[in-house]
Amino acid sequence: MSRATYDVVVVGAGIVGAACASQLAGRGLRVAVVDRECVGGGATAAGMGHIVVMSDSEAQFALTRYSQLLWRDLSSEMPADVEYQQCGTIWVAEDEEEMGEVRRKQAYYTQRAVPVEVIDGSTLARLEPNLRQGFAGALLVPEDAVLYPPCAARCLMELAKAKGAELHLGFTVSRIGQGRVCARDREFSAGAIVNAAGAWASELMPELDVKKRKGHLLITDRYAGFVRHALVELGYLKSVHSLSSDSVAFNVQPRITGQILIGSSRQYGAETTGVDSEILSRMLRRAQKYMPGLGELSTIRAWTGFRAATPDRVPYIGPWPEDKTIFLATGHEGLGITAALGTGQLVADQLTGTKSRIPIEPYLPARTGAERIHA
Amino acid sequence: MPESIELRVNRKPITVPSGATVAVAVAMAGSRCRRSVTGELRSPFCGMGICFECRVTVDGKAHRLSCQILCQSGMEVSVDD
Repeated sequence: MSRATYDVVVVGAGIVGAACASQLAGRGLRVAVVDRECVGGGATAAGMGHIVVMSDSEAQFALTRYSQLLWRDLSSEMPADVEYQQCGTIWVAEDEEEMGEVRRKQAYYTQRAVPVEVIDGSTLARLEPNLRQGFAGALLVPEDAVLYPPCAARCLMELAKAKGAELHLGFTVSRIGQGRVCARDREFSAGAIVNAAGAWASELMPELDVKKRKGHLLITDRYAGFVRHALVELGYLKSVHSLSSDSVAFNVQPRITGQILIGSSRQYGAETTGVDSEILSRMLRRAQKYMPGLGELSTIRAWTGFRAATPDRVPYIGPWPEDKTIFLATGHEGLGITAALGTGQLVADQLTGTKSRIPIEPYLPARTGAERIHA
Repeated sequence: MPESIELRVNRKPITVPSGATVAVAVAMAGSRCRRSVTGELRSPFCGMGICFECRVTVDGKAHRLSCQILCQSGMEVSVDD
């Protein structure tokens, strides 16, 4: 059996693993990335590619805002197939109660120097004429963006390779720990191992509490201009925070091609990859309630993916207390595309002893141990 | 049932036999259906609603399968030039 030695071996060539590899190699470390399939083939390929600043916790805000600005900086270097487009997010408020939430979000973002704009119902109708009439208003977040995640992951991996990182595809990792990454017929030695295996991170570390949270998406044929911003219902947050039951929310997004991505759904305990027609119908009914004209469009394909969910909805970024050679970079749930670049920075900072631009404590995996002791 | 139907393809009046599909009207107008993403002109290939090469805009609705839709009087069909 051959064994190669690296400073860092990253397990998982999704967008998070690629971002980690790019940063680590860029800081002069000898890096290998190992994946059982291809670059960006898991949740990266399944996701919408919404670069969105979140306000549901300080930890989510800090990481998503930091990452959003990193994406914007990188965008001039990304090839056209990444389809980066700063189209902005519109959080749609159904009624006056949700307008209260719009104003809370406005205050939150404004205090943290994120440009936002509260818009009324008639402005919303002008910006997005295919929404149904009668919404109370919305919050526009103009610096949010969209991109095409598999090509973004490939772009990051190419940056990593250009700085000397090695990519080993087709190796199913069976075991990690004590500085060793074991696959069939191959073993890698490393000073540090980054577990960036997304929803499959727990398969390599059974004591890790990252769960699969299944999502459905659907894509239409090309209807340029039908949707102009990433549109999300404010009720989305209720859907996201519902930790037990299946939920759906209105969430649509334009691609540069004119195609429209329609989401979203969240399910725990659904382990099969198949499209669940009942969830898909619920999701589409919800979407049509906001945008009735969607029902007239031709769809091309529906598919599913698995988000990597932690119990407190904050990703794990940092050393694993039970084996200091293992670093985690997983558990981003629906924010893995957005948070990939910030995660790469935090991982590389910790592995090179550099102070990070944002506080690292909220993401440290050690917090789970503390929770277990107090549980 | 009338023996012939009048409709328009890119504003050009076309008369087709009753029961003809929109794909027939497009062909009789001397047109192709659409351009691909890379700019190639495309026409019906399978003729049975599978290949999606025959998409046209019918009465304002984009991406309709012209091989699967029967012509109706007064229909406005638009195709890519």
